[in-house]
Amino acid sequence: MPGRAELLLPLADDELVLGWRDSEWTGVAPFLEEDVAFSSIAQNEIGHARALYELSVRGEGGGGEVDELALGRAAEEYRCAPLVTAALPEWEDTIARRILYELADALRIDALTGSDDAEVAGVARKIQREERYHWAHAEMWLERLLGDDEGRARLEAAVGRLWGATLGLLEPPLRPALEAEAARRFPFPLRGEPVERAAAPPGFEPLWEEMTAVRRLVPHGQW
Amino acid sequence: MVSATEVWAALDAVPDPELPVVSLVELGVIGAVAIDGDRVQVELLPTFLGCPALETMRAQIEASIRALGGEPEVEVVLEDSWTSDRISAAGREKLRAAGIGPPQPVTPLIRLDPAAFRCPHCGSRDTTLENLFGATPCRSQRYCRTCRQPFEQLKAI
Repeated sequence: MPGRAELLLPLADDELVLGWRDSEWTGVAPFLEEDVAFSSIAQNEIGHARALYELSVRGEGGGGEVDELALGRAAEEYRCAPLVTAALPEWEDTIARRILYELADALRIDALTGSDDAEVAGVARKIQREERYHWAHAEMWLERLLGDDEGRARLEAAVGRLWGATLGLLEPPLRPALEAEAARRFPFPLRGEPVERAAAPPGFEPLWEEMTAVRRLVPHGQW
Repeated sequence: MVSATEVWAALDAVPDPELPVVSLVELGVIGAVAIDGDRVQVELLPTFLGCPALETMRAQIEASIRALGGEPEVEVVLEDSWTSDRISAAGREKLRAAGIGPPQPVTPLIRLDPAAFRCPHCGSRDTTLENLFGATPCRSQRYCRTCRQPFEQLKAI
């Protein structure tokens, strides 16, 4: 059975990095409501990452400290998926990623709530409780974009660009459930082979440089 | 030696850092309190895992226990523990009086039924959702069409 860190680090890294990417809209989102929404969701995702790192540190085969795990590793040691590392400066891609991420993430969090490890299951239930609001936000966008032809066309194109990476977010056993969920939500076909996790996913290197800059400059600095 | 009653009373005098009209006890973020000699163990239940006020809460709890002569040990409980249903009746009324809509009872699936929200200013049910997200992770923003005032609404979670 894989150790806690093995199980939780990819998920924690995804939440941290997506939180970072979503926070890039703070101050520059197309309108104020979304500026607030993205900032709040980003903060929440990073909070989830922190709780998951904390569990990894406490668990068997863990050790170390949370900040060290979050910001002290070499770029190639991160386990995040290509879906979250990609820089997506186009709003439609970012919105499509939010919808796809929440759709996929809900399945793995749900699986974790059934974990034999009571602490892991408990944190998963807490995350699940909070994520309902992320899904409500994603669903609002989904309905809005599917409400007219231009929105639908843009969503279809953006989802098409990201679908392979979305499959790659999940372990293979969860992928059929994701395909079924997506088929239920999107009124267009989805195609693409899974883009698997690998060292140095697209866009990660410059993001890592930025994310860890302060810690590398002032190791073990306290604020 | 400090008694549990004194600790609960002291924590009921600590205002929430972001919603200072309610105390930490009224907000329901204090779990178990255990006394072992001078050591006072307190469980702190975060509202949201991303709540930036958590460290401030911890420092305030520690300070108020030290003021009683106890040695604080605050444990942040990450597992699912806090829900907005833990906010006390007194806490809800204080929030409403401060213009913040208290959260709806938690239901298995959140459906944002507009009829379920009351304006904390005038009591009207004719309100609309402006933004699911607000100034802190635990708040949404709504607008009252009767008194034409925006208001903050605590999320039901």
